[in-house]
Amino acid sequence: MKRKVWLSLAVVIALTIVTGLLAGCGGGRGELPRELHVYNWSEYIDPQVYVDFEAEFGIHVVEDTFANNEELLAKLQAGAGGYDVIVPSDYMVTIMIQQGLLAELNHENLPNLVNLDPKFADPPYDPGLKHCVPYLWGTTGIGYNSEVFEEPPDSWAYLFDPELASQYAGRFTMINDVREAVGAALKYLGYSLNTTSEEELMAARDLLIQQKQWVYSYDSEQYEDLLSADETVMAHAWSGDIFMVAAEDERLWYAIPREGATIWADNLCIPTTAPSKEAAELFINYLLRPDVAARNSNYTWYASPNAAAEEFIDAEILEEPAIYPPEDVMERLEWIADVGPAAPLYERIWTEVKASAP
Amino acid sequence: MTQPRSRRETIRLLFLISPSLFWLVVFFLIPLLLVLAISFGQRGTYGGVVWNLTLENYRRFFDPLYLRIFGRTLVIALVTTVICLIIGYPLAYFIATRPPRWRNGLILLLMIPFWTNFLIRTYAWLLILRDQGVINTLWTGPIHQFLLQLASALPSPFWEPFLQATTSSLPLFGTNGAIIVGLVYGWLPDMVLPCYAAIERLDFSLVEAAQDLYANRLRSFLHVILPLTMSGIVAGSVLVFIPSLGAYVTPDLLGGAKSVMIGNVIYSQFMSARDYPFGSAISFVLMALMLIGTLVYFRTGTKS
Amino acid sequence: MKTVEKNRRRRGRWLSRWLTLHSVGGYLFLYLPIFILVLYSFNASRYASGPWLGFTLRWYSRLFTDQAIGSALRNTLIVGGSSTLISTIFGTMVALAMERYVFRGKLAFDALLYLPIIIPDIAMAVMLLLFFVLSRVQLGLTTIIISHVAFNISFVAVVVRARLAYFDISLEEAAQDLYADEWQTFRRVTLPLIMPGILGGALLAFTLSIDDFVITFFTAGPGSTTLPLRIYSMVKLGVTPEVNALSSMMLVASITLVFLSLLLQRGGGRGAEVM
Repeated sequence: MKRKVWLSLAVVIALTIVTGLLAGCGGGRGELPRELHVYNWSEYIDPQVYVDFEAEFGIHVVEDTFANNEELLAKLQAGAGGYDVIVPSDYMVTIMIQQGLLAELNHENLPNLVNLDPKFADPPYDPGLKHCVPYLWGTTGIGYNSEVFEEPPDSWAYLFDPELASQYAGRFTMINDVREAVGAALKYLGYSLNTTSEEELMAARDLLIQQKQWVYSYDSEQYEDLLSADETVMAHAWSGDIFMVAAEDERLWYAIPREGATIWADNLCIPTTAPSKEAAELFINYLLRPDVAARNSNYTWYASPNAAAEEFIDAEILEEPAIYPPEDVMERLEWIADVGPAAPLYERIWTEVKASAP
Repeated sequence: MTQPRSRRETIRLLFLISPSLFWLVVFFLIPLLLVLAISFGQRGTYGGVVWNLTLENYRRFFDPLYLRIFGRTLVIALVTTVICLIIGYPLAYFIATRPPRWRNGLILLLMIPFWTNFLIRTYAWLLILRDQGVINTLWTGPIHQFLLQLASALPSPFWEPFLQATTSSLPLFGTNGAIIVGLVYGWLPDMVLPCYAAIERLDFSLVEAAQDLYANRLRSFLHVILPLTMSGIVAGSVLVFIPSLGAYVTPDLLGGAKSVMIGNVIYSQFMSARDYPFGSAISFVLMALMLIGTLVYFRTGTKS
Repeated sequence: MKTVEKNRRRRGRWLSRWLTLHSVGGYLFLYLPIFILVLYSFNASRYASGPWLGFTLRWYSRLFTDQAIGSALRNTLIVGGSSTLISTIFGTMVALAMERYVFRGKLAFDALLYLPIIIPDIAMAVMLLLFFVLSRVQLGLTTIIISHVAFNISFVAVVVRARLAYFDISLEEAAQDLYADEWQTFRRVTLPLIMPGILGGALLAFTLSIDDFVITFFTAGPGSTTLPLRIYSMVKLGVTPEVNALSSMMLVASITLVFLSLLLQRGGGRGAEVM
């Protein structure tokens, strides 16, 4: 009897493995593969886009997700070589280009590039768009519960100033990302968020350590749900996340701090180790179509760098100054750039903040 | 146990150990040596490894910042182990002293919650501990109401502090306490099972004899039962202490990423700072400590 | 004498009552989060905690149509099955060798065998990642399986060795007088007797493999997301009670498996008794 159990268990295991392997296989012959692997942020594309792409081109898209740029880089550097399309942020693109991780794009395969807003045709982190195509862009500011604030908290002081922040002690979150958190502190102090000055960085560190006692948690993924569940009333946040949850919870909104904030853009790139560059370029070109770009913008509530898409984007998104800011606000926004040899210093500050007594 | 007695036996011995030997050497020993090697290297400007041999990484570890983190991690792991012992040993004793029919069922009952996923269980504690979570909903709701009723029925300033306390949520989430709860919950079975195995093997006639000798139950426990089950206690403690030491998901989720443990530091060196040499150095120190601890255990074990 | 007896018995009863209370409390503690999880999987609210908005099975239906979970589950089973198979075979073999023979370098090998058990997950994950990176092996399901086997061999070996320690070698010697062939002795005598240990080791290996997060996280590649990894991203997003529904399903699956194994055991046990 026991032998039968053992035997049947072995058979089950063997069958599982075999089915799994068979199902996993399926590389196609011919020019285009049957599968496209995308490594993307969570909830960062309208899922219908994948479905429609497959319907039109017969290529099934498999999406894996990552939580921050460093994780993406670490995976790529570690030789995770099966991705066709990745979606790094601006400063990470610079790093990847320097490390030779990105393939050069063949613009002839990307006729829809003309749809891009000229502002994004030649960004500082990838001149001439040789390696990537801007996908969505946004800002980092403060998400808040409008029932708690009479006036929108449009200043970093709400998160850092002892008098203000202590009023909301234990009721706000900070993004769990070294460049964003340290950047917010730097902006509040009036410095550039790409500074390499040790003095300025120490000041930012001290500010963050002082702030820690009022912070509910450092969170990059759940802060919008915490706001909606009334765990918190303010959140250091990426613009689109707040707008996405605001569509369901009207009390929530977003403000760009007066002192200035981060502007960032996420980009579609092709790693040098991509299994199929052709399929990748096909997909990127597809995403550049005005209606597709608009769909993604409407789904994620982030601004699209695609000018031609504007006729398809929802009016409420286009007219919201926190998503498409006016000129004067745009001037105070700063791109995160790689700080080169100062990177360990940022890391050390961040560890000190995290290790300090709450 | 004997030496292989013939050529055939030697071949059989080799056959039996070579697959495991190969696997462990290639996929364990060599990576271990690799980590050791890298820990003497330097971080390249963009995160690679530059082979300038240096002791800098180890020196960095002995910086007060990291020592403090390590110290706190040790304390949390120790507290977790002790609490697991306090909760787990009596539980194991209880199960071991039930009728044999019941024992398997009770053990399985113990294990079933742990066949969901570790992350999900940690997440569940989040739901229980947070400000809008289960405990606080009860605390500021029914419990507060109950106290109000009591206060109005028997007026007295005695109720004041309690009423005050129950108007706002308990700050349970984001504390070291929350991390400890999460760790205790996650590793309790690892304490109960070895203790149970040891207690079950006890010859209870010995226990009864001891109870006749020492009229005091406590002393019979301390002088007879405890020493005989010590192997289980030690095994359980090791199995709880080690994962607690290396924890990084629990402090992230339940500690609100505010309380850094050494596991978080290692994680961030590899995933965020991309300082592989420094991360390797910290990992190696951690492993060396574990090794020394285990060697000490083996020594004292064989002595007794 | 009689009073001392009575006092001791009274104290004993009080003690055992306390023990029972403590244990019941312990079990309640263990099941509290599970209960909460299952409860909220039926909550109509989007948030996995907070007010009760009504009963719904919505999250369960979403679970069944979720492709990402389906493929994660498949990956988990492939990894779990493969690593369990390999590590159980290798682990049993090495356990037999260690419990039977003494040889040069045995102590060193013993230490090597125990190391994967005492090393913290994250240290091992990091080691393996570095190894794969520097040897330019592409990360994927294979690297996950390799990593899981690397720690599971030791766990299986420990369990089987514990079982072997109770094994009476004279049985084998007696059998060898009856069946001259060593392989037959092994198959008909040794193997059935240590089978509970082997199955126990296999079960442990399987459990460790399907629940592993840290090591898998560091060694996974494209398209090789396993269930724990998928759950991690779902939990971090905190998006829907789909996570709760998933855990309830996992609970149901494991309870079912447990009942099945108990039934089979009872059948097999009675058979063995007859023998």
